[in-house]
Amino acid sequence: MTKPLLQVEGLKKYFPIRSGVLAKQSGYVKAVDNVSFHVNEGETLGIVGESGCGKSTTGRMLMRLLEPTEGKVTFDGKELTSISSTEMRKARREIQMVFQDPYASLNPRHTVEKILMEPLIVHNIGNAKSRKKKVHEFLEIVGLSSYHAKRYPHQFSGGQRQRIGIARALMTNPKLIIADEPVSALDVSIQAQVLNLMQDLQKELKLTYIFIAHDLGVVRHISDRVGVMYLGRMAELATSESLYEEPLHPYTKALLSAVPVPDPEHKREQIILEGDIPSPSNPPSGCTFHTRCPFRMEACTSIVPKLEEVKPGHFVACHLYNEQVQH
Amino acid sequence: MAEREIILEVKDLQTSFFTDDGVIPSVDHVDFHVKEGEILGIVGESGCGKSVTSLSIMGLVPSPPGKITSGQILFKGKDLTKFSEKEMRKVRGNDVAMIFQEPMTSLNPLFTIGNQLVEAITLHKKDWNKKQVKARAVEMLRLVGLPRAEELMKDYPHQLSGGMRQRVMIAMALVCDPKVLIADEPTTALDVTIQAQILKLMRELNERLKTAVIMITHDLGVVAETCERVVVMYAGKVVEEGTVDAIFRNPQHPYTKGLIASVPDMRHKKQRLYSIPGNVPKPGTIKNGCRFAARCESVFGRCTEENPPLYETSANHKTRCFLYDQKEVEVHDKTAATS
Repeated sequence: MTKPLLQVEGLKKYFPIRSGVLAKQSGYVKAVDNVSFHVNEGETLGIVGESGCGKSTTGRMLMRLLEPTEGKVTFDGKELTSISSTEMRKARREIQMVFQDPYASLNPRHTVEKILMEPLIVHNIGNAKSRKKKVHEFLEIVGLSSYHAKRYPHQFSGGQRQRIGIARALMTNPKLIIADEPVSALDVSIQAQVLNLMQDLQKELKLTYIFIAHDLGVVRHISDRVGVMYLGRMAELATSESLYEEPLHPYTKALLSAVPVPDPEHKREQIILEGDIPSPSNPPSGCTFHTRCPFRMEACTSIVPKLEEVKPGHFVACHLYNEQVQH
Repeated sequence: MAEREIILEVKDLQTSFFTDDGVIPSVDHVDFHVKEGEILGIVGESGCGKSVTSLSIMGLVPSPPGKITSGQILFKGKDLTKFSEKEMRKVRGNDVAMIFQEPMTSLNPLFTIGNQLVEAITLHKKDWNKKQVKARAVEMLRLVGLPRAEELMKDYPHQLSGGMRQRVMIAMALVCDPKVLIADEPTTALDVTIQAQILKLMRELNERLKTAVIMITHDLGVVAETCERVVVMYAGKVVEEGTVDAIFRNPQHPYTKGLIASVPDMRHKKQRLYSIPGNVPKPGTIKNGCRFAARCESVFGRCTEENPPLYETSANHKTRCFLYDQKEVEVHDKTAATS
């Protein structure tokens, strides 16, 4: 067994809702509510969920771009949640992020060379000459050419810009890359190129990925293990094989059956969920999915299900698999 | 099934944009047709001209800089490109209606849902009285599966979720029983579980009301699940056309093949995704030859010199690729036989 590179325990993020003239706090949006997981070295953990499920907030908290309300994040033996912001900045050398929108995440006034050199300057790596060399080296690694260094972001296509975003994340030789919807803004043919690139880089540079996305096909393709989130909580977590072949949580089942499959002969029983995702500012009691769940039981409305291991490596938070609650 | 009549036919349509960089034909001599009660899919990646095609049909191409420079759009035999703005206004909504990708931006935030539905109805049914109009509005909201339709009439768009807003848009598009509904990426902004609801609704409405639907999308999964026939567009041209079965089971154009192969399949894991090399060409940059030649694996001499026509490879299948030219097929067979 490989050791976990990142360990997350009881992570929470509550955003206060303020209202009235005095901006008195009137409640919370529980964006992430008690999420725990770990990531092993060299693997890819996919996190899927629909909008508002807290997947991006989780990603940002791991980097401490958002301060967690509660919980512990341990990276490579070091607890990230308790260190000062100066120390955290140093730690970010090892954890880097790739963002969704390649149009918005690159400074339009800087050349690619400047954009890629920035992380090296921040972390005080090398001198001017070696930095330049490294920029050119990494441009080649992500499939661009060194003559692209003098260009500005607007001179590139969406796929190329995402390659630059990936190169920037790689500049400091990180161990962990958190990719938040890295391919969802790209066309299908370009998306395949970027996914292949990410897989190649993982093998070559021994990277660990946390891959946050809403596209279930993409997540299965790239991930070793997958976590499904719903309204701030982890509903199911398993190896991608076992999650896609034998989903246990009713939400995962519905989610998987809802994805349109590009094969007209593919017939399946589609579970169409009623209604919309409830607002996270006023989540349902008990299991947050009980309002839309076809297998709702009495216990579901009052008791919050815990994420429990029902098969080796397969965790699910659902009372259907908890005998104590059922009987 | 009895042969259905063609209700909308696009013939040799060219829509160009007159920019400072010259004339750019976004839609370049496109032909296709929609039969009564059929769901036709138009797929392609960004910039392939699928949205401009739909705007051309509706007469909504922003002008200037855009203009339909040649071709015909025949609705029940009448050429819509010859219609005046006043005449077009009667066509929109009554005969051909459209729903857009962003249900958030297509509704006016300052008016209630009821207000906006009533406005749409009174524009077309001038002789109806208030009661009839309101009854129709409520009936439409029920038709698209919205609960508590009466109360919803008084709600503002921001009070509804994305999926509900898209249902309202569909209700609004269908108030006058149009013969053709153009849906431009109707589910792209929605979550998968909501997308499944909307697609199911559109299939049901198509069956019940016999409205023909043109489904414009980039998602091959959506096409496979909802459409009967598909038109694949690339860089302003139709590159392949056929029934859903023909396109997915036997894709012929190298672009269609590549596109289908590059979608990650949820059902089983591939070691590596196929990816089409290179990028979509900038519109207007390729003057001669096949638009896909630079990215094509089976490119040969003729591809960069001549424009390939649409070859009819079987009764329900057309491909714009020289590989399906009878002459080339014979040459290939010969070389295969000798080697």
